[in-house]
Amino acid sequence: MERETRPEENAGHGPALPYTRALLEHFVNPRNVGELSEEETDGFGLVGDPGCGDQMKLWISVSDDRIERIAFKSFGCPGAIATSSALTTLAEGRTLEEARRITDDDVIELLGGIPEHKRHCSLLGVRALQAALEDRKLRLQQKAIRP
Amino acid sequence: MIYLDHNATTPLHPQVLEAMLVCLQEHWGNPSSPHSLGNQARMVMQQARARIAESLGCEPSEVVFCSSGTEADNLALRGVAGALRSRGNHIVTTAIEHHAVLHTCDALEEEGFRVTRVPVDPQGVVDLESLERSLTDQTILVSVMHANNETGVLQPVEEVARMAARREIPFHVDAVQTAGKLPFRLPELGAGLVSLSGHKLYGPRGAAALFVREGTPLRPILTGGSHEHDLRAGTENLAGLVGLAKAVELAVQDAAEEGRRLTGLRDELEARLSSSIPEIRINGAQARRVPNTSNVTFPGVDGESIILGLDLAGICVSTGSACSTGEPEPSHVLREMGVSRRDAQGSIRLSLGRGTRQEDLDLTVQVLADTVARLRRITSI
Repeated sequence: MERETRPEENAGHGPALPYTRALLEHFVNPRNVGELSEEETDGFGLVGDPGCGDQMKLWISVSDDRIERIAFKSFGCPGAIATSSALTTLAEGRTLEEARRITDDDVIELLGGIPEHKRHCSLLGVRALQAALEDRKLRLQQKAIRP
Repeated sequence: MIYLDHNATTPLHPQVLEAMLVCLQEHWGNPSSPHSLGNQARMVMQQARARIAESLGCEPSEVVFCSSGTEADNLALRGVAGALRSRGNHIVTTAIEHHAVLHTCDALEEEGFRVTRVPVDPQGVVDLESLERSLTDQTILVSVMHANNETGVLQPVEEVARMAARREIPFHVDAVQTAGKLPFRLPELGAGLVSLSGHKLYGPRGAAALFVREGTPLRPILTGGSHEHDLRAGTENLAGLVGLAKAVELAVQDAAEEGRRLTGLRDELEARLSSSIPEIRINGAQARRVPNTSNVTFPGVDGESIILGLDLAGICVSTGSACSTGEPEPSHVLREMGVSRRDAQGSIRLSLGRGTRQEDLDLTVQVLADTVARLRRITSI
């Protein structure tokens, strides 16, 4: 399905950018930037995009089967930073099952669209979250073996 | 808006626009037509050619007008390759050329030519020994850019010219980034072929020239009418050529003084960036460079994000890197200089020009420092 993208309105005033207002807002004021301490961390994900060199780290803290806190750090283009930030806002407060079902399309929708050549950026955050959720499972299993 | 991307393109000089408008409105005849309107157009074209020849120190008959720097490079490479195919099949160039040369060499390889891409040192200067060793009795062309478009680093084209001349090998120089920036005369380069482009020196897009020294073997790549001494067919873009001629004349007149001014501004910019942003590196800073170009690495952050941060503050700069599928390698030029992939991805190019003032750079340093600090708080590496 062709997704409608609405880049910043431009009639010769201000910068003509290929990004939506929402994406720019997440780029300028990214949410949940930072790291969680080892004690706070229930899951950690590190993913890289071998295609463009972008990298993302994501931490989650889980309480009552919900993502209580989430934090990220990201090396990458504006698309990578904004989609990482948007992903954390989608995941925060969600149950683990809800978080597992978040897709790159959800992230793109929240941002009101993304240029076609930046679509792959939106996968970075989703993959980092999946990795963090998997990491949590492993940590729980290890705790069960070595209490 | 603060425009610091003059190596990409430049605004039209008002006098160039004026000359072009007169031409478009009054001298719209076809220079090949046999009537008075055609004669008038032909005279205007001869004047433009003579003006360029005088500004650059060559003969009018040695100026071949074409549509772009890319076309000039293509004509030089494919033209010599086509003319000397029976003499040999080897072409020597450098690993840091513009894609107009590198991708044309790739295409020539597919046609059976052998290409040596000579490496550069960490400062981005071509390795002369390696270049000389690569020359064989099969070598029919050497092509080396005068200055690199990303770093501004000057290449020792005069030495290469001597090496090529000793072996009677045609030598092409892509001078797109130096024409009008440095006050040189064409014979000083020692090259039989030199490319230059209008829009890099405050002239129009779609107007460029290849200098072809008398006697250089060259086969046209566009065939048709007998335009441009039988080397480039097609009805001439007369207004573009008039604009190109005016732009070259103005740029060459100002080159020495404007070069000193820009060198001062550029050096001050780099000093202030170095003192206000930790861990930055100026690529090619130890080499001789064109006055206007600065290529800076900001480890830990992505160049495209820096560019957007600057853009939102009304400052236009550029990068060699591109985060998009299908562009897996950032800047081949920086990578060839030994810059890591990550650092190449974190590099931007600031290219100053005629409109650049000290206060523009004051603001740029401030915004850059803020942007890089912000991105470094976000970065995962």
